[in-house]
Amino acid sequence: MFTGFDFGILWLNAPFLWNGVLLTLQLTLFAVGGGLLLGIVLAVARLSSIKPLAWLVEGYVNFLRSMPLILVIFWFYTLVPKLIGRPVSGFYSVLIAFVMFEAAYYSEIIRAGISSVRRNQISAAMALGLTNLQSMRYVVLPQAVRNMIPVLLTQSIIMLQDTSLVYVVGLRDFLTSADIVASRDNRPIELYLFVAIVFLVVCFSASRLANRLRRRYAL
Amino acid sequence: MGGYNWNWPILLKEPYVTWIVTGFGKTILIAVIAWAIAFPLGSAIGIARTTDNHALRLGGTVYVETFRNIPLLVQMFLWYFVVPELLPADWGRWIKRDMPYPQFLTAVICLGLYTASRVAEQVRSGIEAIPRGQRNAGLAMGLTSLQVYRYVLIPVAYRTIIPPLTSDFLGVFKNSSLALTIGVLELTSQARQIEEYTFAAFEAFTVATVLYCTVTGIVILAMRILERRTRIAGTIAVGAQ
Amino acid sequence: MIELAHVSKWYGPTQVLNSCSMTIAKGEVVVICGPSGSGKSTLIKCINGLEPFSEGTITVDGVSVGDRTTNLPKLRSRIGMVFQSFELFPHMTACENIVLAQQKVLGRNRDAANAKATELLARMGLAEHATKHPAQLSGGQQQRVAIARALAMDPIAMLFDEPTSALDPEMITEVLDVMVKLAEDGMTMAVVTHEMGFARKVADRVVFMDQGSIVEDADKEAFFGTPRSQRAQLFLSKILQH
Repeated sequence: MFTGFDFGILWLNAPFLWNGVLLTLQLTLFAVGGGLLLGIVLAVARLSSIKPLAWLVEGYVNFLRSMPLILVIFWFYTLVPKLIGRPVSGFYSVLIAFVMFEAAYYSEIIRAGISSVRRNQISAAMALGLTNLQSMRYVVLPQAVRNMIPVLLTQSIIMLQDTSLVYVVGLRDFLTSADIVASRDNRPIELYLFVAIVFLVVCFSASRLANRLRRRYAL
Repeated sequence: MGGYNWNWPILLKEPYVTWIVTGFGKTILIAVIAWAIAFPLGSAIGIARTTDNHALRLGGTVYVETFRNIPLLVQMFLWYFVVPELLPADWGRWIKRDMPYPQFLTAVICLGLYTASRVAEQVRSGIEAIPRGQRNAGLAMGLTSLQVYRYVLIPVAYRTIIPPLTSDFLGVFKNSSLALTIGVLELTSQARQIEEYTFAAFEAFTVATVLYCTVTGIVILAMRILERRTRIAGTIAVGAQ
Repeated sequence: MIELAHVSKWYGPTQVLNSCSMTIAKGEVVVICGPSGSGKSTLIKCINGLEPFSEGTITVDGVSVGDRTTNLPKLRSRIGMVFQSFELFPHMTACENIVLAQQKVLGRNRDAANAKATELLARMGLAEHATKHPAQLSGGQQQRVAIARALAMDPIAMLFDEPTSALDPEMITEVLDVMVKLAEDGMTMAVVTHEMGFARKVADRVVFMDQGSIVEDADKEAFFGTPRSQRAQLFLSKILQH
């Protein structure tokens, strides 16, 4: 039975919730960073002329995109300690899972971005006497990056939301912390609504930013 | 992998086989029903966002932005824990006590409404990608707005958005795994359960992975065939990010 | 200066160029015309190695284009090319477009390159557009910047691939005027175009292609006066209507 809102509970548990927020931010930051780096490597491999490499990467990307993220988290959570041979903190296992997963999506965005630069631009660059490397550096990549950035930002916002899935392995991110408080003090409404509103505000603002970036810089 | 004892045959033993089968069945059921909600609802909202009616556009935008900026897991908790409390007392009581399959239904509604927001975005960009001239040509012929949508815009838009819609459909399958957080025993949760009972982590997760990949493969194949059958010469696929 | 000998090219099973031979002497202006699909764009792109070819030889100022040991970027820096779709680099200003290859290929320092760019833009009447991006320029202005970009490399020859086909009618003249001036200044030019008025004015020779072969290769007067082949006559009659 609903007995009325008590938002004081948020204030009371602020430090605990704040630690959850920090974990969420940490996970997101490292996952985005690691995912981008690996994504670039994968995209370059996919675009290279070494066929077996391109195939391997394509297989990897398609494979990871066919599975739910929760399953990937379970995989790495149980496997990483076994592979390394000793217990590993859940944080690192989950981080690896996120990096491997997001890299698949980032690599597709990067690949699409580079392929989106018109072939004639490359012809024009070559006609001026620029080498392949120079065309990439001065003509293709600047254009590709400008087109990619809004989409990469959008994907990163999705990543931020996906970090909430660490709930399934008990890592104390923002949502899980709120859930712990909610069950302990039996005030699910205030806590879950609070989490929802925070995410809504943050992600909405970020996606507006991505939109503005796309309008301003896309070629 | 030092010290890991492989144990594939255990998967064929009861009750584990049944767990996998029922889990897989639940996954498919959740996905199909959620899509059955999402597709019509999402289409309506997407179309509403392309009309000239301000109220419809605003409503559609609010819906889409709300559902896509809150993590799906948070939405799941809101539906399961918060909504029954906020509804009028009688409804709340019915949901918590008398409604059959509460976790399953909650998961399906949550997933359905969320996916509807994604479908809405695809439909909207599919329609907006059609040059304004097409709409004008239809109106100039004397067709009403409704007829223009029915005969000119929708047939073209839906063909061009088959690829991104496919990826959203697959998303529903993958997102069904979130139902495990409110206690639905779908495929991923069953795999985890087998792992907890038998310690055959690798085997259990492999089965789940293989099943997910198989479904994905079949769906992608089916959609490719659908795309080829319905292709309009000279169009390029379009979609929202 | 530019010699093509029995150049043939296949795209898979389709033959797109059929034993094409022609010479362009220094200072000559050659117009290449013909119906769509005749291979004229492909042929001109073979001259600076943007398109590979299957048989025959192409020599530019003594350098063989098809030779595996040829330094293609170096050769291309000596030949200027202007594209139908302008192909200015959209993320750079007009000036930066002209400066890029000067610096990175010819090794000129920034000031020299900028000075050259400014001078060329002024010559085209585009001095005040130097800091604009291509998106802010009209088609005719973009194409003139593209010509300036090619000229900045001090090329020994210029190749034009349908330079005015993507322009609105009122902008064609401004581009053609630039090309006429170039020709009068003695530049070696190969121009693929439909603009027969231009051909009549400054071309030395006209080459007519059809279905991958060079069907006719004649002096301007001879071509417009009495074209020998039927196909050339048919083509001319169609485009000279307007």
